[in-house]
Amino acid sequence: MIAMTVQLSLISKDLLERMSSMEKLRMILDNVKEGKIVVLEKGLTPEEEAKLIELTMLEIDHENFVGIEVETYPQHSKSFLSKLFGKKGGRLTVIGPANRLKTLEKREDIIRALIE
Amino acid sequence: MAIKKFIFKLFFKKDRIRIGIYGPPNAGKTTLANRILLDWVGDVIGSPSDIPHETRRARLREGVKIEVDGKKLTLDIVDTPGLATKIDFHDFIKYGLSEEEAKRRAKEATEGVIEAIKWLDDLDGVLMVMDSTEDPFTQVNITIIGNIEARKLPLIIVANKIDLPNASPSRIKSAFPQHLVVPISALKGINIENLYKAMAEKFG
Repeated sequence: MIAMTVQLSLISKDLLERMSSMEKLRMILDNVKEGKIVVLEKGLTPEEEAKLIELTMLEIDHENFVGIEVETYPQHSKSFLSKLFGKKGGRLTVIGPANRLKTLEKREDIIRALIE
Repeated sequence: MAIKKFIFKLFFKKDRIRIGIYGPPNAGKTTLANRILLDWVGDVIGSPSDIPHETRRARLREGVKIEVDGKKLTLDIVDTPGLATKIDFHDFIKYGLSEEEAKRRAKEATEGVIEAIKWLDDLDGVLMVMDSTEDPFTQVNITIIGNIEARKLPLIIVANKIDLPNASPSRIKSAFPQHLVVPISALKGINIENLYKAMAEKFG
């Protein structure tokens, strides 16, 4: 049996909060394109998720990189404070290359995934 | 910006409402667009297909007039390409396409996803189509709904394909309890009147 190694990049909430949206997305895509699995302590906003999909589509080369797999929980209903300030913070998120990370099951509070 | 939009809507009711039909590939978006057009205009917008990413350019049909219980709406309908986080040309080869055709389709599909996302900024409401036989907790569904909520667009989730034996629209309702879910079969026209009523209420 051949041993398989997987490199994880675990990004803290503090670092994510200091980064601009574009910095976050570039960091995620660069890591994922190198075959790494990125774990974000605090997830992306819906707008950032959409931008990440756009950038992913631009970078698919149909040979080595065919896209991403994203594991995150659905957003909670908005709290009073988030309604007031109009900001939504995403929850723990795992992003990896589509050919390595596979979703097995996703429920409201449980995600099961496979890393190949 | 949101306040400006609210004030504009309060005083100037739009005579046309631009509705986007969104969802993952093969959820039945084009079949639904065709059903709406057949019922109210008498023609279709495009050909549906079993091969994913058949719609790779957004298609706009303007001035579709619908009338439900005396309430009249004029809709501009945008049938958008299916959204995905990955597009692998090998998936198209399984449907009998040559490698060249599959790669071309994959490239056009990536462009289609970007176009679908861009359209979100030019809509007044969304019909989000989900396949009732599939797990609704997908990243694409979560991302689209998050973006529709962030833009405060009126949304109806269309739980499609209820004519299939393993359909479970209740799974969609429990996944997104904060939104109106209307179970239909766009192909067979089952419950389509309920969808038109919901559209008149939500978008009118």
